Formats: sequence, structure tokens, C-alpha cells
Amino acid sequence: MDHISPVLWQFLVKWLTHFALFPPEASKIAPEMDALYFFMVLVSLVGLTIVVLLIVGFSILYSKTRHPHAVQIEGSTVLEATWTIIPLGLFLIMFVWGALLYFRIYTPPANAMNIYVVGKQWMWKVEHPGGQHEINALHIPTGRPVQLTLISQDVFHSFSIPAFRVKREAIPGRYTTVWFEATTPGTYHLFCTQYCGTNHSQMIGDVVVMTPDDFKKWLEGSTSGNSLAQDGERLFASLSCSACHNTRPDARGPSLANVYNSRLTLSTGETITADDAYLRQAILNPSQHITQGYAPIMPTYQGQVSEEGVIALVEYIKNLDSDYRVQQTLNTTDLVPESPGGKAAPTGKAPAAQKEVKP
Amino acid sequence: MSAATIVSLPDQSTARIPKMNFLTKENGLLSWLLTGDHKRIATLYLISITFFFFIGGALAGLIRLELLTPQTSLMAADTYNKVFTMHGVIMVFLFLVPSVPATIGNFVIPLMVGARDLALPKINLLSWYLYIIAGFMVIYTMAAGGVDTGWTFTSPLSTHYLNTHVISTGLAIFVAGFSSIFTGLNFIVTIHKMRAPGMTWFRLPLFVWSNYAASILMVLGTPVLAITLVLVVLERTVHIGVFDPAYGGDPILFQHLFWFYSHPAVYIMILPGMGVISEVVSTFSRKRVFGYTAVAFSSVAIAVFGFFVWAHHMFIMGISNYAALVFSLLTMLVAVPSAIKIFNWAFTLYKGSITFETPMLYAFGFMGLFTIGGMTGVFLGTTGTDIHLTETYFIVAHFHFVMVGGMLMAFLSGIHFWWPKWTGRMYPEKISQFAAVVTFIGFNFTFFPQFILGTLGMPRRYAAYPPEFQALNVFSTAGATILGVGYLLPILYLTWSLKYGAVAGNNPWQATGLEWQTQSPPLTENFPVIPIMDHEAYDYEWLEKQNLARLRQEEVV
Amino acid sequence: MSKSTATANGAAAEVHHEHPPYQRHHFESVEQQADTTNFAMWLFLLTEIMFFGGLFTAYLIMRNWYYPAFVEASHQLNIGWGTANTGVLIVSSFTMAMGVWSAEMRKKGMLVLFLSLTWILGMAFLGIKSIEYHEKWEKHHVPGLHWSDASFLNPASDPEVYKEYHDKPLAPDMAEKAGMYFFLYFAMTGMHALHMIIGISLLTFMIFRARAGAYTTGHVTYVENFGLYWHFVDIIWIFLFPLLYLISRH
Repeated sequence: MDHISPVLWQFLVKWLTHFALFPPEASKIAPEMDALYFFMVLVSLVGLTIVVLLIVGFSILYSKTRHPHAVQIEGSTVLEATWTIIPLGLFLIMFVWGALLYFRIYTPPANAMNIYVVGKQWMWKVEHPGGQHEINALHIPTGRPVQLTLISQDVFHSFSIPAFRVKREAIPGRYTTVWFEATTPGTYHLFCTQYCGTNHSQMIGDVVVMTPDDFKKWLEGSTSGNSLAQDGERLFASLSCSACHNTRPDARGPSLANVYNSRLTLSTGETITADDAYLRQAILNPSQHITQGYAPIMPTYQGQVSEEGVIALVEYIKNLDSDYRVQQTLNTTDLVPESPGGKAAPTGKAPAAQKEVKP
Repeated sequence: MSAATIVSLPDQSTARIPKMNFLTKENGLLSWLLTGDHKRIATLYLISITFFFFIGGALAGLIRLELLTPQTSLMAADTYNKVFTMHGVIMVFLFLVPSVPATIGNFVIPLMVGARDLALPKINLLSWYLYIIAGFMVIYTMAAGGVDTGWTFTSPLSTHYLNTHVISTGLAIFVAGFSSIFTGLNFIVTIHKMRAPGMTWFRLPLFVWSNYAASILMVLGTPVLAITLVLVVLERTVHIGVFDPAYGGDPILFQHLFWFYSHPAVYIMILPGMGVISEVVSTFSRKRVFGYTAVAFSSVAIAVFGFFVWAHHMFIMGISNYAALVFSLLTMLVAVPSAIKIFNWAFTLYKGSITFETPMLYAFGFMGLFTIGGMTGVFLGTTGTDIHLTETYFIVAHFHFVMVGGMLMAFLSGIHFWWPKWTGRMYPEKISQFAAVVTFIGFNFTFFPQFILGTLGMPRRYAAYPPEFQALNVFSTAGATILGVGYLLPILYLTWSLKYGAVAGNNPWQATGLEWQTQSPPLTENFPVIPIMDHEAYDYEWLEKQNLARLRQEEVV
Repeated sequence: MSKSTATANGAAAEVHHEHPPYQRHHFESVEQQADTTNFAMWLFLLTEIMFFGGLFTAYLIMRNWYYPAFVEASHQLNIGWGTANTGVLIVSSFTMAMGVWSAEMRKKGMLVLFLSLTWILGMAFLGIKSIEYHEKWEKHHVPGLHWSDASFLNPASDPEVYKEYHDKPLAPDMAEKAGMYFFLYFAMTGMHALHMIIGISLLTFMIFRARAGAYTTGHVTYVENFGLYWHFVDIIWIFLFPLLYLISRH
């Protein structure tokens, strides 16, 4: 891109988006994908031109009136090799280039800001960790990697932001992720692109990109009062999770402090990383995800908690590594009816010492 | 178009359709409904497939009419969903999959290999009856209120979230699937076991190779679709199952099983069409196909590779990045044989002696449009761009380019090419060339704008869309009107030609295949005497010698 | 069988070849007919492998995910009946093979005998299967229609099975997956039984034809090809039996 004058490039992009051949480029990855797309269009045009020239050219040169006697030709190994190797080479270039893009888009960076999205027939529910809830809209700041953790409550949906050139399926039963970094403030289309029933075409919305300052103001103005983690904490207590998952030494379940992204050994012997997907599975299908050293007595919460509820719980558990959160954990432990013979744990204990996770 | 033509018809003042042929051999409805003759079965298929094509086409018309406006104006969203589902189901399973194999293939393959019939005539008839049963079940579904799952039956939408007629449609496709399996089975057995003496594999016309490859796909892939549909139907009746996450099942498993067939299905649809193009390009250039071996092997390569790329329909569905990589790489590999064919056909024209009769016009249309369609397939097989383009109108445009611009054009090319052999009469050349051009123009106007719509992000299967997409949609609908005219014309003039067309004689195109060395329409038993194949495929020099020998004989007489 | 050697446009008159009455007119010889139909049957069986393959795939994946539930669910199957059925089918394959031999040896009486024995054994298989299905119904192990998790939440409530296996109680979300096992069990054995029923129906037809002497005049292809089908259905069972019944036997 260095040798295309930036002015010319901008003009091209502006002209093309004005005449609407491409959606606006509003994310960091968009121009990169467009570059690959341009390359492919170019290759296709060249290929098509060659084919058309051959057909038209030969048709004129060798029409019956001009060339009444056909010459029988068996073939040509050289030509076969040429038009096997060159297309293959071009396709492989596209493959590698595309694969690099694909890995980029579907491998969120560690510092990405996470936003949860629940798709259901026929709306998108967007949950910001700070407690802002949106329906069919997504507000994000520029200049910051944003990761979406998607799930569907019913059927397949697909979260598509053409201006960012990203799209990801929201699947019932597990999380999927995608990330992007918005570059230009504005409002862009949000579509559901996986056919999901009657109002599939109504499952659309707006992605509102704001400058970081505007975004901060929006966050403050739109909060529901509780962050997702706080919602999760409430749910944790109301579902009596803290009956087993607490910081008592004789607790029946592993303590969840600092468990997010730690390595766990399960009762089957395998070692896994306790990421979002694992936490969700542990809540909904606990009998297959028993930490080593604990009895398989956790009941399943399938059917008792919605996907948003699970998200709130996951968000809560993710944050159980700050003192503030631990404080609150200890507070809710106080609310739990006492276990037979046990007493409420004292407050103020440091969390690190409570790690009962086996290496 | 130049006045030059290779058509060589008998003297029209004295020529007659041969009195004894497969159409006149026996009369009465039962002789048709209980026939074992592959040519009659092909005719039955041709009539039924055309019938379903027009139903599917009418549904397409409804889709394009609805999409004239950004809001749902013509029909409710539910109705629209049913319309595009039925359009997809009918066009894929009741038209494209059986189109060339069950009509042209059934008719021509025994003649091409020098046999009296396919290996299993009763199975062939059963195949047609299964098709008709499937067709009735689909009509029943439509009459009873339709189904709105999309032709892809994605679970859990299809298993638990819709209360339309999923079961009857699933069973209909199950039955249609077996119709397809039996056709493919018949072809493979015939090609292996019933070739005439001297007909080695590499003397077979390339049409046979293409259908052979497609038959392998039919036989190995369709059963997987059948069992998947059985599981879907069971899930709907029993309300528990392997595809529903609420019960511990996996909807992605459905995707894998479904696409394991449905990807090879697209090659089932296109390979026979490619076979037609080989025949047509050769005949109208008066030359053997350039690189016969390459074209033959590329058909088989497409069939083999075609089994290993199914998950390229699932790149954004949460399969692992590494799995996506593997499938993308394999997709690149499967794209290459198609490119090889296009170039071989183009080079068949080199130093040929080319005329532009209707089949050739359709073949040219195929080559250009399939190139575009195939290249856009590479856009989609590349993981990075697929993220942006999948599930949009880009996909819709891609598959219509390869299926309608490709396959349907090849079908029409083949119908026109073998029409004289089938009916004994020529179709009217001028109006058919006109129809071919109209189809080509209409097609481009209809579907090219859809590539742009897809790049802009317009999702597929939307009854309503943002207003800024309207201009391109209107353009597309206008094109569809033109395309409709292009498809209606052949019905009219081909029917006309049955009574008023010129008598064709044995070999109006002066083509080299065995089917052209016998009368038109052929005898029920195809050949008075089984021929001995003593020359290569597309041997125009042999044909010239034959003609000279015949002229000399006539002089002697 | 003489063939005229004229080329396609030759003026040789049509010669009506002498051929046995069971040779179809589109075949040049009996050998070609036999060879062709045999090949066709093998190819058809290949499609059947792909057909069952989808079910096996689903089963293997689910078994991998929900192993404890699948193990305990499989304990509900009676190994005795399963082994009996396996034996029945293997013997029936033997009698079928003997039937093919009889046809080739043109021994009508023996052919009818062996086909009838095969028929009886086939019916025995179906009989045992219906006993097993009935038992599943009685114990509420038919997913969706007549289902209860009780045997897996509390294995002790099922004394017969508990005595033998001493299964541990499963957590509710895992116990539910036993339903998945039974869904696949009924799908797989049901599909297999359907193929058995088709086979037995064809056998019935064949026994009548055999008595009329249709297969002992040298035209054995029907019996041979049916034999292939029958052996294939047997082989599918040979795979089903260990996968479903013997899942955790040591």
C-alpha cells in the first residue's frame, strides 16, 4: 500500500463507499480485508478476461467461415501444467493471506474489552460488564480492542457488522468470540445473518462507535446501577452457590477466587484452563467438570438460569480476584444458612491463602 | 451470428422420422408407466423435472417481487420464509440434482457406451417413481402450509423451534435422495460392466466420465443426508435428540452431517453439466477435446476432493481455527480441477472450425459465468474474506452463478444438443439463439448486482432490508423478468418443434459419439447390432471416413 | 452367444440370440448379467455403509462426551439376549451361505430348506428384539415417549441390573444423557431391524420362487445377491453389538 498515494487511496475508498460498492471501513481490520478482497477481484478480473479473450478470440479466428478445417490436437502437457500451477499458486496465496486474517479476527488479544451478546429470537441483547444493557444496539469506543462473547438462547444467529468486516455465529450451548477495534465514530449496521425464523429480517440494529470520551459519558448515563458482576453476585447468593463455593476450609466445592483462566485438574485427570466456556459448562453441566478432589454433587442449573444469568455469574467469577469482590463474597457467605456445625467465616481474610485448587 | 453451420439434415422433402423407434414401439399409458426403456424413463423425468422447475421458478419470481421494496409488502415474513425454503428445496433436490443425470444421462449414457440399456432398468424405473413420490410429498407440503426452515434445515430451528411441515419435507427429500442414489448406482454399474467391445475407459466420451464422477458422489454422499434427515424427523417426533443442546446434543453435529452430503451435492449438480459442455464444445469446434485425459481425471479429482471440504460452510460457526485452515486449504485444491476444465475447453476452440448453434451459445455462457461463479467460490473458500461475505447475498450470487449460470445453461445446452436425437426433430435455430442471448443478459442483470449487495453486507433470507439496498434489488428483479422470458421461450418452441421441426436424421451435428451413429429417435434396443468401438473418442477423422464410405456405398447402389 | 461384428452403421440384419429365459434383453450374456448385478449389489451395500455411518458417527461422538451415562445406560441391555441375537444372526448367515451353495448345486429341496431356516432365524432375531424393546418400554427407557431417569439417578432402584454392576448414582444432568444413549440405541437397532424386516420379506418371496424352481436352473444371481445383503445386515449387527452392549466389559 506504500506506493499508492494515501490521497489517491482515500479518494478511491471514499468514492467506492459513496457509490456503495463497499461498506464503510470502520475497523482496523477492514482495510486489510478489503486489500485481500481487491486482490481477489483483480485476480478474478484477470482470469475472466483471459478466459473471455480466449473464447472470443478463438471464436473469431477459427470460426468455420475463416477456418474450415479443424486441426486435431491432443493436448499439451506444458499448458496443463501452466494452468494448474498458476491458479493453484494464486489460490494458495489467497489461502495464506486469508488464513492470517482469519486467525487475527478470531483470536482476541488479551487486553480486549469484553462485551457479552446474547442472541435470541428475534433480538440481540448486549451486556456491558459495567451493567449497561442494550437491545439491538452496541455502543463501543474507538481505539480500543473490543471482544464480543456471543451465545444464543435458542437457535443459531449470526452477529454481523459489515462495516467492521466481522461476523460470528451465536450458537446455542456454547460461547463464541470475535474481536475488532473500531476506528471511525459513526453508526453502522448490525445484522443477524443466520436464518432464525419469522423475524430474522427484523433482528437488526445499530453499532454506535464513539470517541472514548463520549463512550465514557454514555457508560455513565446508561448504567442500570449494577455491573454484571454485581448482578452475578446477587444471583450467586440467590441460587445458593455460596453454600458450597465459599472460602471456608471445609467447603464442599472449590473456592472460586482467582479460578478464572487458571489451570484446573479435573476428576478425570485432564487439565484444562478455566475460561468462560468452562465456567459456563461447569454451571450447566457440572457432572462432567468436577475439579479433582471434590465429590460430584453439584446440581445442574440448566433451566434455572438464562444465558444472561450465566453471563452474570461468569462475569462475577471472573472478577473474584480483587479484594473488593472477595469482600463481597465474604459478605454473602454471611447470608448463607450455616452449614451443620460450621460457623460463618470471619471477614477480612486475604484471598490468596484460600486457594484450594490443586495444581 | 454467421450463416455458417455444421448442421447436416437429410432432404426434407423425402425424410421421415423412422417409423419404428422407442416412442412408437408400444402405445398406452401402462407401456410408459411400466417401461424399462431408459429412453422412456428419461422422457418421463424430463417432463416431471420441467414441471418442478417451473414451480421453483414461480417461487423465485415471488421472492424477487417481494424484494422490490425494502419492507415486507407482498407477503408476511413467515410466508416469505416459506417461499424461499420451497424454492431452495425444489430447485436443489427436485431440479438440479436429477437434471442432467436423470434426463440426458439416462437417455444418452447407454447409447454412448454401446449398450442396449442401463444395467438395472427396473431400478431406473423405481428411481423415477421415488422422484414422483418425493415430488408429491413436496406438493403436499406446499398445499398444507409449507415449511420455513430454509433448504439447509439448520437445527435446532428445524428440530424444535418451528411448527411447520418439517417432517413431510424431510421425508420427501429422503425419498428423493434414494431416487438419486439409484440413478448413480445404475450409472456406475453400467459404465463398469456394459461398455461395448473395444470401448476402453479412455475411449469413453467425457460426458460419461463426468457422470461417473457425479455418480460416485451420489452413491457415497446421499446416504449421509438420508440418515441425517431421519435423525431430524426422529427428533421432531420424540422431542429428544442428538442435535439439541438443551438435551446435551450438538447442533454443530447436524451441520457436519448435513454438509458432508450437501457439499458433494453441489458437485453432483455441476459435474454432469460439465460433461455436456465437453460434448458440445467438441462438436461445434469439430475437434477432440483438448487434454482429454486432464478433463477426465479432473472430473474424478473434483469428486474425490469434494468429499473433504464440507466444513467450508462452517467457517464462522465456531469450528477451531485449525480445522478452518485445513478445510480452506482443501477447498483451494478442489477449485483447481474446475479451472483446468475451463482452460481445456477454451483451448479446444484453438484451430477448430467453430459454429455458433444454440448449444454452443449456451456452452459459451456456461464458460464465462461458471468462471465468475467459481472464482467467487475462492473468495468464500478463503477464510479471511469468508467472514465478511458469508451468509450475505454474495453467497446467493455465487451459487446462482455456478448453478444457474453454470448448470442450468449446461442443461439447456444439452437439451438442445440431444433434442434431435431424442425426438427426431430439430428445434428452430433462430429463436433458440435469441432465447439463449436473452437468458444470458437476464441472468447477469439478475445476479451480478447481488455480489455487490453481499459485499455491502445485505444478509440472505431477509424479507425486509435497509432502504439503501433497494436500487440494486430493483435492478436484480428487473433482470429476473428478462430471465423468465428466456426460460419460457424454450418450452414454447421445443413443444412446437415436436410437430413442426425439421426432420433431423441420424447425425445432424455430424458428431462422433456412438449415439449419433444410430437413428433418431433411437430404437428401443438402441442398436440393431452392438457396435464395436474401434476408434478414439472425438475422432472426427473416423467420422469423415464413415461418411465417405457411406457415400461410396450409396453411389454403388 | 454369437455377436455380429458389423460396425454401428453396418447393414447386418438383426440376429436374435439364443439365450436362457432368465437373461434380460439388454445383457449380451448370462455372465455379463451375473457380473453386473453382483457389482450393483456390492455398490448398494457401500451406500448402506455410508447410511449407517452417520448413525455410528453420532453415537461415537456422544459416547465420548457422556461416557458415564452411556456406560450405565448400556448396563440396561441384556447381554444374554444380545449374545443370543448375535448367535442367531451368525447361524442365519451360515444357513444363507448354504442356501447359495444349494442353488449353485441346483438342489431345490436343500435350497428351500436353508432359505426357510434363514427365515426362521431372522424371525427369531426380530422376536428377541421385540422382547428387548418391550422390556425397555416397561422400564421407562424410551426417550421422549416413555422415559424416566430413575434407573440412573438411583441405580439401586433397579435390583436386577444393580446386582450385576453396582453402578453409582449419576448427577441429574448426566442421568439425562442416558436418554441420548437410548435415542441412539433405538435409532440404530431400529434401522437395523427395518433392514431385517425388508430382508425377511424378500426371503418370503424367494422361498415361494425357490419352491417353483426359479433358482435351481442355473440362475443363481438373485440368491447370491440377496445373500450378500443378508451378510451385510449381519455385519452391521456385529458392529452394533459390541458398541451398544459391551461398552464397558473387561
